[in-house]
Amino acid sequence: MKKAGIRAGKIRKRVLQIFLTAYAVVSAVIFLFPTVMTIANSFMTEKEINANYGAMISNFDDKEQKKTYISEKLNLKIIPDKVTFDQYKTVLFKSSDYLMKFWNSVLLVAPIVFFQIFVALLAAYSFARYRGKFKEILFFVYVILMLMPYQVTLVPNYLVADWFGILNTRWSIILPGIFAPFSVFLLAKIMRRIPSSYIEAAKLDGAGEIQIFTQICLPLSRSAIFSVSLLLFIDYWNMVEQPLIMLSDSDYHPLSVFLSKINTGDVGLAFAVAVIYMIPTLLMFFYGEDYLVEGITYSGGIKG
Amino acid sequence: MKKKDSATAVAVHRKKGMTLKKSERITEWSFLGLSVAGVLVFYILPFLVVVFYSVVDNPINKKFVGLENFSKILHNDAFTLAARNTLIFSAVAVPAAVVLSIILALVLDSKIPFKSQLRASFLCPMMVPTASVVLIWQIMFYKTGTVNQMLDVLGIENVDWLKSGLGMVVVIIMFLWKNLGYNMILFLTALNNIPNDILEVATLEGAGPCYKFFHLKLRYLSPTILFVTILSLINSFKIFREVYLLTGDYPYDALYMLQHFMNNTFNLLEYQKLSSAAIIMSLVMIVIIAVLFVVEYWFGKDVE
Repeated sequence: MKKAGIRAGKIRKRVLQIFLTAYAVVSAVIFLFPTVMTIANSFMTEKEINANYGAMISNFDDKEQKKTYISEKLNLKIIPDKVTFDQYKTVLFKSSDYLMKFWNSVLLVAPIVFFQIFVALLAAYSFARYRGKFKEILFFVYVILMLMPYQVTLVPNYLVADWFGILNTRWSIILPGIFAPFSVFLLAKIMRRIPSSYIEAAKLDGAGEIQIFTQICLPLSRSAIFSVSLLLFIDYWNMVEQPLIMLSDSDYHPLSVFLSKINTGDVGLAFAVAVIYMIPTLLMFFYGEDYLVEGITYSGGIKG
Repeated sequence: MKKKDSATAVAVHRKKGMTLKKSERITEWSFLGLSVAGVLVFYILPFLVVVFYSVVDNPINKKFVGLENFSKILHNDAFTLAARNTLIFSAVAVPAAVVLSIILALVLDSKIPFKSQLRASFLCPMMVPTASVVLIWQIMFYKTGTVNQMLDVLGIENVDWLKSGLGMVVVIIMFLWKNLGYNMILFLTALNNIPNDILEVATLEGAGPCYKFFHLKLRYLSPTILFVTILSLINSFKIFREVYLLTGDYPYDALYMLQHFMNNTFNLLEYQKLSSAAIIMSLVMIVIIAVLFVVEYWFGKDVE
């Protein structure tokens, strides 16, 4: 009797495990689906794209493309009839427009990430090393600011940009970005974990404040700096709100905004551009997944 | 746990924060100065101006009008539509993001194979810029697209997803797709931090998985639930990206979000509207976050 009960329990456990695995695998496939489809479709010929999705394109652009599509129904496909790199060749060598927009993205995101980390490291050190009533309040202000959505912060940002006369230049996005409080918050939390005995020891050895910062705190937070930069990069690489408001001249727009405009016209190229745009973040993911997970873990908990 | 952490912290002067030597004050503020100056110039001071603009008739005349701007904006059809849509979206998407990511975390926390591959697949969407995958979403939810074709097979009537009230469903799916991975990592970490002996004792006493989850794990997860709720709330205000990339400047009414309203008002440069809208939103955010903290305080009290 008892044995049978144990066996039944084991079987139940096994069934549960199979069920959970199936659930996880199906979810994983759904999660990967849009990305994989985008990559797969970027290797199709213009003709195939038009045949598959022409009905949708013709909706936007009636005259020219109407002839090329076959059916009213869209035909989402994963395996191309014929693999081609033509779209990539066009994007990379023939039409410089897309590369310009990619470069715009780099020019916006790289300075923000680099200088935000720089400013935040100094501030985080000060927050972690010296505390006091006033500092606690100041830190709380940073946290509140961090929690505010763009709909709130873009209004003050816009006013300043207007006063400084930097509207419609990259600075109108870069400068507020550099002083955004997110990485101050994260890095301060991380630096507070450094044992104070390390710093006491360095002090006894006669290290000055700058040495403590560069020789102890920076090396100890190195992986955290990677993690935070990664999170920042992903977030800003995906920016849409700021350019639409700050940059009225679409020549300066990053690819994240521009892509939505080619979507309606050149769908074949759009897939290739989309893939090129996700390459930097995907590479960072492949090489830095652990840093990413570490960064997410650090971000947990407002109070910390 | 927490007390131990702060004992090892860098903050040597925590307790006697008021009695810092002058030289230490100088170092403290020279490290912090850059960041504080930036935050003041780009966020705090212009925000005070925003407050000022919200109670005067216009930026040139500067006549005090009390709460007139606020009452005007609360009776503005575009604003109320945008606020309602954003509210509906957040009210559905945020709880869904919390519950579904707990489920994912529990599944990944159980004994199943391919854990690291599964984790990577769930994290992948957060790395991919929205603009890169939006084409696939458009193809899937187009009126003759993949989803409707699947509905055909099942004999369910078609709907034009992006041009009807159901657009909200599409956007919620896209939001969950992008955000579940991040939340899941936070919950996985929290699950790992639950003391093992408590769970073991419960198992020995014959507690089932459901009992263990609702009576033990959930209590330890409560600070993370608070954090993930706040995070998802902030992210839910960024859903404009998806809507904009999917449907452009003028979406179907059901998808008209607060950021659309802000963009249009920026174009017309109506400072009164912008300022009062920004202030209303910041107040709402602060109230919601305060409420969440209070709830968590009462709920999490008996854990420690």
